[in-house]
Amino acid sequence: MPAPIRLRELIRTIRTARTQAEEREMIQKECAAIRSSFREEDNTYRCRNVAKLLYMHMLGYPAHFGQLECLKLIASQKFTDKRIGYLGAMLLLDERQDVHLLMTNCIKNDLNHSTQYVQGLALCTLGCMGSSEMCRDLAGEVEKLLKTSNSYLRKKAALCAVHVIRKVPELMEMFLPATKNLLNEKNHGVLHTSVVLLTEMCERSPDMLAHFRKNEKLVPQLVRILKNLIMSGYSPEHDVSGISDPFLQVRILRLLRILGRNDDDSSEAMNDILAQVATNTETSKNVGNAILYETVLTIMDIKSESGLRVLAINILGRFLLNNDKNIRYVALTSLLKTVQTDHNAVQRHRSTIVDCLKDLDVSIKRRAMELSFALVNGNNIRGMMKELLYFLDSCEPEFKADCASGIFLAAEKYAPSKRWHIDTIMRVLTTAGSYVRDDAVPNLIQLITNSVEMHAYTVQRLYKAILGDYSQQPLVQVAAWCIGEYGDLLVSGQCEEEEPIQVTEDEVLDILESVLISNMSTSVTRGYALTAIMKLSTRFTCTVNRIKKVVSIYGSSIDVELQQRAVEYNALFKKYDHMRSALLERMPVMEKVTTNGPTEIVQTNGETEPAPLETKPPPSGPQPTSQANDLLDLLGGNDITPVIPTAPTSKPASAGGELLDLLGDINLTGAPAAAPAPASVPQISQPPFLLDGLSSQPLFNDIATGIPSITAYSKNGLKIEFTFERSNTNPSVTVITIQASNSTELDMTDFVFQAAVPKTFQLQLLSPSSSIVPAFNTGTITQVIKVLNPQKQQLRMRIKLTYNHKGSAMQDLAEVNNFPPQSWQ
Amino acid sequence: CLCCDTWSTVQCDFQSEDTQQQIIRETFHLVSKRDENVCNFLEGGLLIGGSDNKLIYRHYATLYFVFCVDSSESELGILDLIQVFVETLDKCFENVCELDLIFHVDKVHNILAEMVMGGMVLETNMNEIVTQIDAQNKLEKSEQIVYTGLFCISQDFSQAGLAGAPARAVSAVKNMNLPEIPRNINIGDISIKVPNLPSFK
Repeated sequence: MPAPIRLRELIRTIRTARTQAEEREMIQKECAAIRSSFREEDNTYRCRNVAKLLYMHMLGYPAHFGQLECLKLIASQKFTDKRIGYLGAMLLLDERQDVHLLMTNCIKNDLNHSTQYVQGLALCTLGCMGSSEMCRDLAGEVEKLLKTSNSYLRKKAALCAVHVIRKVPELMEMFLPATKNLLNEKNHGVLHTSVVLLTEMCERSPDMLAHFRKNEKLVPQLVRILKNLIMSGYSPEHDVSGISDPFLQVRILRLLRILGRNDDDSSEAMNDILAQVATNTETSKNVGNAILYETVLTIMDIKSESGLRVLAINILGRFLLNNDKNIRYVALTSLLKTVQTDHNAVQRHRSTIVDCLKDLDVSIKRRAMELSFALVNGNNIRGMMKELLYFLDSCEPEFKADCASGIFLAAEKYAPSKRWHIDTIMRVLTTAGSYVRDDAVPNLIQLITNSVEMHAYTVQRLYKAILGDYSQQPLVQVAAWCIGEYGDLLVSGQCEEEEPIQVTEDEVLDILESVLISNMSTSVTRGYALTAIMKLSTRFTCTVNRIKKVVSIYGSSIDVELQQRAVEYNALFKKYDHMRSALLERMPVMEKVTTNGPTEIVQTNGETEPAPLETKPPPSGPQPTSQANDLLDLLGGNDITPVIPTAPTSKPASAGGELLDLLGDINLTGAPAAAPAPASVPQISQPPFLLDGLSSQPLFNDIATGIPSITAYSKNGLKIEFTFERSNTNPSVTVITIQASNSTELDMTDFVFQAAVPKTFQLQLLSPSSSIVPAFNTGTITQVIKVLNPQKQQLRMRIKLTYNHKGSAMQDLAEVNNFPPQSWQ
Repeated sequence: CLCCDTWSTVQCDFQSEDTQQQIIRETFHLVSKRDENVCNFLEGGLLIGGSDNKLIYRHYATLYFVFCVDSSESELGILDLIQVFVETLDKCFENVCELDLIFHVDKVHNILAEMVMGGMVLETNMNEIVTQIDAQNKLEKSEQIVYTGLFCISQDFSQAGLAGAPARAVSAVKNMNLPEIPRNINIGDISIKVPNLPSFK
């Protein structure tokens, strides 16, 4: 067999590949050659082959078949072999490999090798990938090396000890005696790694921390080393841009921070040296600033003197003006950390911080934004908000959501007046409406409702804001709600705060109708608009007929949601006209934090709607497990994950039915007294949904629409349709809503829908809306399926249907393969 | 804990090849679109282990040196560490250039192993690192002559050596250029001349 090609040749060949496919082909060919060489137990070229394998691994090709070969190399006598063997071990072995056992022995031998470089390799490997068993077995060897006089090994042993402690914390005590003399070492490498080891021990165990503070007098030792570094003058060995070993200084400052935290004596002992470092460090270069920055963090973290703290904050203030963006970034980061404890000191740098909002660098902008929000208070709210609103207007899309919710929070906390509050939120909705969280709309509506004296002003502002621009959906929704609620104030033109506008009832209805037909409007927005129009029927005097007409037109809308609403409103006109004005009365003022019934419902409803559906525990009935297993059996292969459906709960999930019942009750018993209160509850929380509640809310507020629905099943009068929604934020989730309808003349009862998907998918089946499919297509059962499809594979699903029909139990299986590509691609 | 990905593997946990490649691609994508005059820190995404981790990078000619660092390291300190690393490479290779890194990834990895171990800084003294590396290279050379007696093989060994993660960075750069650009672009003449750079701001 000819000698395998060299690594250098392999690299050269691979670099001539013009396409990924060509590269893959070359690699495959070479891998085959390497495999056969491994099989022949070729000792001469093993090293070369593993080296090539590691190169391929680095390019992203699988190379784990070389794991055992690495072990053989480690066991070799040659340093060259060991070097590659250990590197291969670090790159290819993972913690779960059984080869670890074999390796432990090799490492043990090498830790006692006569060549320091072999010992160094073993330490390095153990410190990089040692599993907890390995660490247990080899900790003794590491501890021995930690006490050696050879600084090359001692520094590696110190870091190895850190790794051992991280893996097996109870071994910490074992290293305690060896730490005694570590800080007397002259070699900076050993000093550096020793400080790392001490830091790890102090951070992990309060006992150790106390021990090092009290018994070992660690603080004076560290102070001495730090002092020597500052005073020592130029030493060519450790000089970096004129500063003596900045890396060691930074490490020591970090350890001092841990020692001084919440400890008066230790803090006292380091005050002087911190002041010295803070005033004497030369800051024309990055190294100096790095030390100064750590010093500031230490001063802020320990119980330092107040003068020192002021000095520290001023250093950060100076950092903010630095031309170097890195310095500005760390200044903002650390001011953010200290803003809670030293609020007033940070406040002094407010204008500089606000200036950083205009920086071109996104990292700095983000920090500046967070810090600006932390600085907002009752005194500066107007000025700060002006800046932040300007920022919201001009910033990158990635900031808008956070910025908008920050403004909402700050406005709620510190708003100087209600009018200002409403203006601010409206401003946010106009500039970044599509980025606000979905509770912004109900929150604003509540705020407006409670500001009784502002109603006329608000409705006018909103009316003007949406004139001709329906792009910001949340704004349009709030506007529609307000126009519906306060339409009478709008047309009467009573507004003291602003010049009243002259609008007629017809003009107002024009606007709402164009919201209804605008193709920018989402289904939810249309719902708001239709309800608003309906409400205006009791607030406007001369346009009731027009309203009736609009409502009846939407009785045949293809949007089921809108259609249902319109049909119900129509019924209100025709059958229950005497109650119409009572039902559509103006919303009462609602307090946000009260405990009485309706408000609570308002709040839970206003938040997230699908939650109650999902949190329902699976029923304890006998059917789930056995049925799921049956299904699994039926489906054959073991590549199917069964899903245990949540059976219909006794109470239907949709509140719509109940409310309809409620209205029915009113009619029958003639007890209108009960009507306004309960009917108004859903109106407050979900303005457009007068007569049905939960089921109509979309699962995501950022759904991608436009995926065609399919008929998944149609047999014996039972028809099942799938409609799809996908979240934009998490495109691997497809939400399928199934609708089962029944065209026969008898109801189908005890209807259970089950589904199974291949293993690469995950499926969650929420509770169905009911277990009865009414006859003559007079109603449907809806049930939501969430499919997680991380690999974006073609969707496939098997479904099982069981129900009782005409007195006999029916059961059917089907496979659904006709999913539209948009639902999974 | 400090990981310098693109150079050594993400050392905290073991990743599959696919994840590693993805990390490299994403990191390259993030870093390469940044302007020269912005800060050298990038907030961590999910891929590199969440918000506690940061990408800290320096840009030299055609190369980016990216370190992935958690909050136990000083941000500004790492910038200096990268500079020390690059200067050390320059000393070991005598005017290091991109091709050195591609064809001698083993050496690069050895150098890094003397600086960073198990995700922690081990040594920052440039002379010390160079001395130890030289001594180890000598050791390799001597034993090849003794054991094999075949010089052609021995020379190859010293070059074949450890193919480590370092070239991953290079491979990432290379992959980015696929498939529009022929892959054997001559990049040999773009050398990183560290001494000419405004080192340490």
